[in-house]
Amino acid sequence: MAKTHVTMKVNGAEVEGLVEPRTLLVHFIRENLSLTGTHIGCETTHCGACTVDIDGMSVKSCTMFAVQAQGSDITTIEGVANADGSLSALQEGFRMMHGLQCGFCTPGMILRAHRLLKENPSPTEEEIRMGISGNICRCTGYQNIVKAIQYAAAKINGVEFREAAE
Amino acid sequence: MIPGPFSYYRPATVADAVKLLSTLGDEARPLAGGHSLVPMMKLRLASPEHLVDLHGIAGLKGIHRDGNTIVIGAMTTQHELLASDEIGKSLPIMDETALLIADPQVRYRGTIGGNVANGDPGNDMPALMMTLGATYRLEGASGAREVAAHEFYQGAYFTALEPGELLTAISIPVPAAGHGYAYEKLKRKVGDYATAAAAVVLTMAGGKVATCKIGLTNLSETPLLAEDAAKAVIGTSLDPATLKQAAAAAEAIMSPAADARGPVEYRKHVGGIMVMRALQRAAGRAG
Repeated sequence: MAKTHVTMKVNGAEVEGLVEPRTLLVHFIRENLSLTGTHIGCETTHCGACTVDIDGMSVKSCTMFAVQAQGSDITTIEGVANADGSLSALQEGFRMMHGLQCGFCTPGMILRAHRLLKENPSPTEEEIRMGISGNICRCTGYQNIVKAIQYAAAKINGVEFREAAE
Repeated sequence: MIPGPFSYYRPATVADAVKLLSTLGDEARPLAGGHSLVPMMKLRLASPEHLVDLHGIAGLKGIHRDGNTIVIGAMTTQHELLASDEIGKSLPIMDETALLIADPQVRYRGTIGGNVANGDPGNDMPALMMTLGATYRLEGASGAREVAAHEFYQGAYFTALEPGELLTAISIPVPAAGHGYAYEKLKRKVGDYATAAAAVVLTMAGGKVATCKIGLTNLSETPLLAEDAAKAVIGTSLDPATLKQAAAAAEAIMSPAADARGPVEYRKHVGGIMVMRALQRAAGRAG
């Protein structure tokens, strides 16, 4: 099958590659670009581990072809830290609130939460839970992931984070 | 999992897309949001030789009001429906339904056109489109035609679409001001298809139901309009006996498959409950 030349912006850098039309975006990101922070979980559009941000949308990169991302602006987990290399509010939240155990779902969780907080900087707990309903975590029971996102929201809004009483 | 090989096309106009689909023949498939087709391709349950991606066609996007009709381009995503003030104001039941489809990531990509055109009995929008009296615009090599949603669905994955035809837009008459509405969906988890779901749009006058339409999702090979159930509630105040009568009339036309969502009897039973809940909630919202 003839290969197609694609160009896109990933984490601020212009990248290019030759792909078959059937190459999934997640495979292009992991194999052509060697950005292996984006994980492949279920491969059936359920688990959200492969979530990346594309042109202002959270997308499961296992369910889109690389050719469809031609000209797009993409952010993966490798591109979320602050410009000086320090942890972003969300990364810090996941660290401080222990929002992960095995860590497999974390890149997808953080990229999804990134877009959620852009669209709704002060979400309620219910809105956070619905907002990450396309991301599955098999370790935490979600409690600390929700807290991590609340921590990040508070930090972004410049207010002190207070954990709700258990 | 990697799909089988295919050649990829990205036309810029509906005319070019239709031309491609008719030239490439049976082995070509249009690609909308891809959140039904791509997983099927990865499982090798679908292996089209040609994909005609509709994302490059600007004319298939957007929501506008034309008099008393809302016209929605086929490539409008569920996320765009939810973000639209026009939909929120004129067709709030579409927001309620869209929010029950899949999950946020899927709603950024999944389109209204793909949802209604695929013919999957589990999809939520088709029964709603029948309830709202929507019509679909189908464009093919020999021109365009309008087909009513209630005449579109012929069987699971069988629709009125002819080979080479594309569903390009949906027209929905704006329901009367003060109408009541509800979409009740029972599902096992976020992202699941309905075990049973019911859409209700009604108007009330003097505490009694004046007009009513009821649609059913995933309770047959096609979406259903529960016409006898709707007739049963006209002129009533939705007292418990009437609600039970409406549920029974709706159950009489259901023929769900027995699957992981439950045996036939269970799915019909909860289907009746979805009808009763949707009727009550819709009546409570009617002004």
